[in-house]
Amino acid sequence: MAKGLIKRTKLEIAKSPAGLEGPGFFASKLEDVIGLARANSLWPLPFATSCCGIEFMATMASNYDMARFGAERLSFSPRQADLLMVMGTIAKKMGPTLRQVYEQMAEPKWVLSVGACASSGGIFDTYSVLQGIDRIIPVDVYVPGCPPRPEQIIEGIMKIQELAKNESFRRRNSDEYKKMLTSYGIE
Amino acid sequence: MDKKELLELVHTKLKEKFHGSIESAELLYDFPVFVINKEHIHDALSFLKTDSELNFHFLTDLTGFQTPDEKHLGVIYHLHNMSKNFRIRVKTFFAMSNPEIPTAVDIWPAANWMERETYDFYGVKFNGHPNLKRILNVDEMDIYPMRKEYPLEDQSRDDKSDKMFGR
Repeated sequence: MAKGLIKRTKLEIAKSPAGLEGPGFFASKLEDVIGLARANSLWPLPFATSCCGIEFMATMASNYDMARFGAERLSFSPRQADLLMVMGTIAKKMGPTLRQVYEQMAEPKWVLSVGACASSGGIFDTYSVLQGIDRIIPVDVYVPGCPPRPEQIIEGIMKIQELAKNESFRRRNSDEYKKMLTSYGIE
Repeated sequence: MDKKELLELVHTKLKEKFHGSIESAELLYDFPVFVINKEHIHDALSFLKTDSELNFHFLTDLTGFQTPDEKHLGVIYHLHNMSKNFRIRVKTFFAMSNPEIPTAVDIWPAANWMERETYDFYGVKFNGHPNLKRILNVDEMDIYPMRKEYPLEDQSRDDKSDKMFGR
């Protein structure tokens, strides 16, 4: 191969959290370290029901490569997933299934609603389609678009990473969080 | 045998057995269409299948419809004899107030799911159906969505008021 054809990519390593550093040791808050680990090793569960799912496939494939965000390990079991990615139209009949999948996921869990249909029902304002998944499960990040481009889905993933990184250790035990789940009728 | 001859043949055979109950028999869009009244629809369908010459052994489709005046419902049967390539349509109409009709499951088992779908969307009660419940929509639904008296849109949305669209 001719010289000059190989481009050197500058690798960026996740920044370490703020802490006290010295020769041979590094002290920081456990919360920050765990947040860093969670944010960079999200296991997504793809719940792809229609065209947004195709965009998701492009997002996972080599051109856009979601593996760069530590999210290459798709979990097809909700019990081992951290991030529920809902992509596509959710019919009312699919609602209980989606809810069951959400309930089976272990804490901490995040939900990314990809595309107009999952977020609001989209163009399907009709008797058979759920008008937004936030009517049955809580959603952390919405990605608009019909369908959104892979860059937009990646942006959504990065927002989820921010949430995971900065989430308080006790948030999932808080009364506020429990109240929010109760308002959806979960637990 | 062309369509016109088929129409004549089926019409003659039906007339022999169900004289008063054939409301019309005509060629619509190059296709023989029979309208048979509700009281004799089951016997007529059964005859169309069992008659040795006609032998409509295949039920291509069964669905419902509502007339534009919103006073009548109907059921339409598409019948096919594959070996002779005979194809006809059979329709029957009945009032919205009494949407009941005998099932065709005992004639063609294939009618089972199609009748459930027709019940699901039009509320036609098929008497004698072995398992008449909704097939596509959620069980909790309390409307028959393809009927014109029910709105198409989801009624739980609150962001589509006329105000938002300047109406």
